Amino acid sequence: MSNIISVKDMCLWYGEHQALTNVNIDIPGNSITAFIGPSGCGKSTFLKTLNRMNDLIPSVKITGDVKYNEVDIFSKDIDVNQLRKEIGMVFQKPNPFPMSIYDNIAYGPRTHGITKKVQLDEIVENALKDASIWDEVKDRLKKNALGLSGGQQQRLCIARALAVQPKVLLMDEPTSALDPISTSRIEELVMELKEKYTIVMVTHNMQQAVRVSDYTAFFLLGELVEFGKTDEVFSEPNDKRTEDYITGRFG
Amino acid sequence: MLNKSVSKKRKYYELAVKTMMSISAIVTTSLVVFLFLYVIVKGIPNISWELISTKPSYLSERIGILPDILNTVYIVIATLLIVLPLGVGAAIYLTEYATNKSMVMVIEYAAETLSGIPSIIYGLVGMLLFSNSMGTCIMAGALTLVIMNLPTIMRTTQESLKTVPQSYREGAFGLGAGKWRVVRTVVLPGCVDGVITGCILSVGRILGESAALLFTAGFAHALNGFAEGLTSPGATLTVALYVYAKEQGEFGVAFAIAAILMLLTLLINYAASCVQRYYEKRRSV
Repeated sequence: MSNIISVKDMCLWYGEHQALTNVNIDIPGNSITAFIGPSGCGKSTFLKTLNRMNDLIPSVKITGDVKYNEVDIFSKDIDVNQLRKEIGMVFQKPNPFPMSIYDNIAYGPRTHGITKKVQLDEIVENALKDASIWDEVKDRLKKNALGLSGGQQQRLCIARALAVQPKVLLMDEPTSALDPISTSRIEELVMELKEKYTIVMVTHNMQQAVRVSDYTAFFLLGELVEFGKTDEVFSEPNDKRTEDYITGRFG
Repeated sequence: MLNKSVSKKRKYYELAVKTMMSISAIVTTSLVVFLFLYVIVKGIPNISWELISTKPSYLSERIGILPDILNTVYIVIATLLIVLPLGVGAAIYLTEYATNKSMVMVIEYAAETLSGIPSIIYGLVGMLLFSNSMGTCIMAGALTLVIMNLPTIMRTTQESLKTVPQSYREGAFGLGAGKWRVVRTVVLPGCVDGVITGCILSVGRILGESAALLFTAGFAHALNGFAEGLTSPGATLTVALYVYAKEQGEFGVAFAIAAILMLLTLLINYAASCVQRYYEKRRSV
């Protein structure tokens, strides 16, 4: 199993406040890795480091190594837009743009220079099919995406991320704003997607981590406490703190 | 507990306050209504087709305000053409690009202060800055109005840029879009309403401006085309109103112009509220 992302001794500060301390992790390709941990433990912050979304916050300072396919993502030679094309992101709250469903999906490909209508049509259809929302929206591609339900919007956002053909998909609590039915649809979808993509997701829901993920990383107070195969982490955790957390003693 | 005298006292107090409020409300409303009706009643009968479609002529002893109407249109167009890109550009820079927060605050504070300065001061500065070099002309007036309206356009654009959800920007960045693409395709379309509102407010201010233009744009009533008009001196409607009332004693004409300006202002305010309602509706879909 090859590792697509490998992180060594990474620390992160928001101004004076240290949010992540010495994180070391190797994320295997074509698998689903779940980040769990109590609120404020740094799991989302860490996720956003992987495609440099933290660049948008001026006070953030990062040390250590983050390598994607053996390349340092903070190196000067890296085009951050290209990096984010390879490592896509789905956010906690569905955030479709206030434009048509079609334009939402086509936004990414257009950003990266695809303008031919035939080509775009194909990309849009495939992305929507991959996100299993095609049947629901194929008759109203020109309608505003904000008219969709929350669950549909989130699958649309997944489709939008898939349309730029990323290798990795980062998901920041993708189901926390959704109802149980939408949640289970997204979980199914995520499990299908791992055939083609590497998925890293933050979740607050431990059942979800168990149901969906192959690997689990447990964060606490800015530290990566434990990382391993999901069934091992949950059945026989190495660390006392992990055990306390997954048995519900805190968090 | 249920002391009658106390509750009676309270009742009188309530009544007194209520009466005072009602009186101030009535006075305020009737002042506005009176002013409006006064101008309309005195102005409308003086508006004729001849007045608004000709230029003044001493030979035929005729007064026409067509040149003044055109000058007003020219100055509105010239001002907006310059102030829009400047103001919107500055707003985008301050909200989307600037990283130095204290500098942004200083600029915002300065803009706020600028919009409170009496217009005659702008006129004085405009005269020294523009009229002295390019001569008294519509363009010099327009440039002065640009400085006056820059804060308005900048602030309204900025306010509406701030209402564009951060999640849109994140979504676009997350797809690998560069800064300018994010601004152009996701942020700007979300703030069109602010720009339009700022525009309409500015048009209202330009229509109503006289003090600053007395210094810079001049008093001429010559009939000119757009290009020629910009480089020649010319009175706008408000300046013409001043001239006709104060220097020629033509109160009929002055009130006709006043009525026209009043109706235009009403129309502009109505347009502004329509735009706002339209976008609010669209946002809530």
